Amino acid sequence: MRRCRFRKRQRPTVPDISVVLPSVLQSLAGGQSILTAPAEGPLTVGKLLETVTGDYPVLARRLRDETGALRRYVNIYVNGDEVRRLQGLETEVAAGQEVLVIQSVAGG
Amino acid sequence: MGCMATAASFVLAIGTKKGLWLATSQDRQRWSFSGPHFLMSEIPSIGIDTRDGRTRIMVGVRSEHWGPTVAHSDDLGATWSEPEKGAITFPEDTGAAVERIWQIYPDAESRPGVVWAGAEPISVWKSTDGGEHFELNRGLWDHPHRSEWGAGYGGAAAHSIVVNSAGDNVHIAMSTGGVYRSLDGGTSWEPRNRGISAYFMPDPNPEFGQCVHKIAADAGVEGRLYAQNHHGVYRTDDNGENWNSIAEGLPADFGFVMLTHPRREGTAWVVPLKADGERIPPEGKLAVHRTDDAGATWKRLDSGLPTSEYNSVLRDAAAVDSAEPAGVYFGTRGGTVYASADEGETFTEVASHLPDVLCVRAALITDAALPVPETAAAHGA
Repeated sequence: MRRCRFRKRQRPTVPDISVVLPSVLQSLAGGQSILTAPAEGPLTVGKLLETVTGDYPVLARRLRDETGALRRYVNIYVNGDEVRRLQGLETEVAAGQEVLVIQSVAGG
Repeated sequence: MGCMATAASFVLAIGTKKGLWLATSQDRQRWSFSGPHFLMSEIPSIGIDTRDGRTRIMVGVRSEHWGPTVAHSDDLGATWSEPEKGAITFPEDTGAAVERIWQIYPDAESRPGVVWAGAEPISVWKSTDGGEHFELNRGLWDHPHRSEWGAGYGGAAAHSIVVNSAGDNVHIAMSTGGVYRSLDGGTSWEPRNRGISAYFMPDPNPEFGQCVHKIAADAGVEGRLYAQNHHGVYRTDDNGENWNSIAEGLPADFGFVMLTHPRREGTAWVVPLKADGERIPPEGKLAVHRTDDAGATWKRLDSGLPTSEYNSVLRDAAAVDSAEPAGVYFGTRGGTVYASADEGETFTEVASHLPDVLCVRAALITDAALPVPETAAAHGA
């Protein structure tokens, strides 16, 4: 409870953007299922991923290759829409929104 | 954790379409398995580095979802390490991304820490820190032929790397592109395919563009190498200047595997497949063939192998160890792995019903008190 009050006092008007990870990737994020980034304003999905994986470079490489491109069978959903149907990694995410990382159906 | 090995033993690493299995043995007959490691990731490349007084197993790992990476273990797979920024990643200016690590090749005993790698897209890499970080070979990456290199069914990759004892002479093979040679340790590269057929091209004897499946160096004769081509088995005695057919005496000249003896000159192994259009053992009968006279004659080796087998053996799904006599190992796309402790004279089935075997490596390890992995069933491990 003390931690919540502290955060509220420090950033009372800056809600987070949450990135929800699939269970298979959570070990690469210190066991966390949700990573958050403060939303000072709208963020692109690319910038959001860069922010939340800053401390987890192996996780970053699982999601995107070294050119920055989203891996082929990694899907990112914003408000229920896969970002490839929106503006890709340039898709903007607003404060309070939740971003889902889901592996696509692939393989045999 | 199992018992502690106190004498020389063997480690066998089996990379499959859906993970890695490791095994140890004292006699190359009975194996204790651990795995699967990296379940649901394919393991197309393995390097076992026994230099520097340790046994380091390096693996190319590739997940359909999460991409490729390189990991290594210094404790026979009990724990794995992966450099945070990746061992093999293309520099930003190339605009390229690694698709798959096809080859991990520890260099000579005299060059500890040096490890080479071949990857897709076609690229060669070199590490000087035991495989933890690799540098892109710019000479090959910037080669003017690059735009004309193609992709075989499995992708466009550099899959074979052979370095001579002095370290200045490096041969690589790529599919498709053929053999390239460097005489300056990898700074510059020239194609060396004279005599190797590319029957699938309008000019069947191009300077480059061949689909060489695997090359290996003779243990005793400097400048002598062997090649298993996409149809055609060849030998060069002049450091790649000219390649001559040594396919006579084999039941087929197609295949993927080319192995050479760790010490004895003139000895090599192949696993013939019937043809490009029929990639099965000839007549459905699996056999290894060995030459002891540099390809002048071949001996069929099938003792211990099944009488009927329709799965193929991929280019890196075979290996030799450094023991005396040398061990020969290979796995099929049907998930069966065979081992021979007598240079192929007799084989023992050591694992079966695994996913498609992509890569097999084996090594004699002499480290004292190495932990042995947990025992699992050898068959259907």
